[in-house]
Amino acid sequence: METGNRPAPRLLTGNEAVAHAAIDAGARFFAGYPITPSSEVAETLAVLLPKAGGVFIQMEDEIAAMSAVIGAAIAGAKALTATSGPGFSLKQEAIGFACVTEVPCVIVNVMRGGPSTGLPTLPAQGDVMQARWGTHGDHPAVALCPERVSEAYNLTIKAFDYSERLRTPVILLMDEVVGHVTEKALLVPPDPAALPDLRKPVSPPEEYRPYRYSGQVPPPLVPFGQGYRYHITGLLHDETGFPSNDTGNADRQVRWLMDKVEANRRLVTDFETVDVEGAEILLFAYGACARSAKAAMRLAREKGLKVGLFRPRTIWPFPYEELAAAAGGARVVVPVEMNLGQLSYEVMLALGGKVPVKPMYKVGGEAVAPEELLAFLEGV
Amino acid sequence: MRAVPYEEYLRTARIPHIWCPGCGHGIALKAMVRAIDQLGWKKDEIAMVSGIGCSGRAPGYVDFNTLHTTHGRAIAFATGVKLANPSLKVIVVTGDGDGIAIGGNHLIHAARRNLDINVVLFNNFIYGMTGGQVSPTTPLGCNATTAPFGNYEHPFNIAELVAAAGGNFVARGTVYQPVELEKLLLTAFEKKGFSFVEAMSPCPTAYGRRNKLKGPVAMMVDLKERSVPLARAKNMGEPELEGKIVTGVLLDRNKEEYSEIYRKLTARLGGA
Repeated sequence: METGNRPAPRLLTGNEAVAHAAIDAGARFFAGYPITPSSEVAETLAVLLPKAGGVFIQMEDEIAAMSAVIGAAIAGAKALTATSGPGFSLKQEAIGFACVTEVPCVIVNVMRGGPSTGLPTLPAQGDVMQARWGTHGDHPAVALCPERVSEAYNLTIKAFDYSERLRTPVILLMDEVVGHVTEKALLVPPDPAALPDLRKPVSPPEEYRPYRYSGQVPPPLVPFGQGYRYHITGLLHDETGFPSNDTGNADRQVRWLMDKVEANRRLVTDFETVDVEGAEILLFAYGACARSAKAAMRLAREKGLKVGLFRPRTIWPFPYEELAAAAGGARVVVPVEMNLGQLSYEVMLALGGKVPVKPMYKVGGEAVAPEELLAFLEGV
Repeated sequence: MRAVPYEEYLRTARIPHIWCPGCGHGIALKAMVRAIDQLGWKKDEIAMVSGIGCSGRAPGYVDFNTLHTTHGRAIAFATGVKLANPSLKVIVVTGDGDGIAIGGNHLIHAARRNLDINVVLFNNFIYGMTGGQVSPTTPLGCNATTAPFGNYEHPFNIAELVAAAGGNFVARGTVYQPVELEKLLLTAFEKKGFSFVEAMSPCPTAYGRRNKLKGPVAMMVDLKERSVPLARAKNMGEPELEGKIVTGVLLDRNKEEYSEIYRKLTARLGGA
């Protein structure tokens, strides 16, 4: 597959690219449970991980898979799981546990349509708000949305990086189109120097405070077994990790969880703009919808419509300011989603009523056809 | 009996503990500490993992690498811990609600896999921390806040369930017989593969006072009277064993352990 040291382009699916990226990012632990349309992530890692000396385990259910991933991360592994809507729902309690205990891990969610079992094999973007607010209580969320196979690879590597740096679970939110489409992609492995070991202790055991809130990033989560015997609990806890009922401490802790992601907005904010300058209509799209949007833009140009695109790669935290700046000159903003309006409301929030928002929603299991989007744009 | 340096293993700053007077969990935890002390395990190499409930608080009191997880999932978390760092000695502490109601699926699958972790289940027949709701081990006819007219469900025989599911070692003891319990724990901890010890533990607060067991002493006497060693139980019929607690080693074998099988696979694939 490779020529010399230069990786050659290859033909693969988004789900396969995620699996390769996990290995290249240094992940050596996967726990999962079969679920369409994400299963190829597990199937590919079932091949790759044992060969890389890592651990692949198919657990008895979705909750167990998420729990095992967090356990492995606590023991020092870079770890991930993969799922889809129903499984993502089941994992939410454990995701909240990873948020409050500040354990880095990656959750791949190849979305399907819902509610419930929904449309397992067809594309949708049903879990956008679940990725933000799925677990109970105030908690941070970082979620990345690739539009193509090569980007699924790159964003998986970034997901691990953000997760380690911020000590928080990161969600790779794909849709079925990106997960299952087979296309040419150049997979460029990250420079190992760009993947520092962020678990290394920086203080002796007696001074180690796993939850000391100072600065922009949390202290390293030292893996179990290295002489730093400490306590991890899903109860709100003080800087030592032991449970605390102190209301002042609880206030500080919950705010810290949110603030550490806010403080690192510049690190995680990632978006693409296309033809934004002079655009009368600004499309807002992510994942497979962005591909539909780009195709529709080409058709629109032929018709003389001035259409631009704002495409977030990181949807959580949401790029409010960046979107507002890009939309400043537009007559109307058109969010395109494969749901009945999830990020559209964030778009409205970002624009604060200054630019009209006319969303195009599609549910029912079909991707947005460029022609139908064009027809919609001609009507706005 | 030799002196055990309990203070070496306990996080004394975290004590007093939250367990009620007359609760058996402290006796069970002490038996675990004695077994660990005899084995000479280093504190740094021990990971103790728990779920939610009264049993879930045990790891907070011992000076190991300790992890207090979500309700019912301790075994699943422990599976990740052990597989990511096989050199850790992993002990799960769970309860009857945590381990066999909400977490029952993880328990039977962990036994099936025969991963080298040690599960200790404190069975007090009730949801203690939430105030006395009926659990899957509450005996038929006994009272609980959610069984105010007496429990109308049959209870689980947990140890037999786990023995049927797999694993290498399954035993049952009571906190009325702490020396015997310690021996069972010692054997379990030493055993390669999945081991399971069910420790019967009284809950005077949430269970006893609703079930004509007025106080810790009455509950201890009850445990004593209901306990039957396995050797004796073998000569007893089913009606005679009704309501009894059969103690001793229910399963002891040496099936190949999960990580050994997995390591052979990775070696064959060149993954080392």
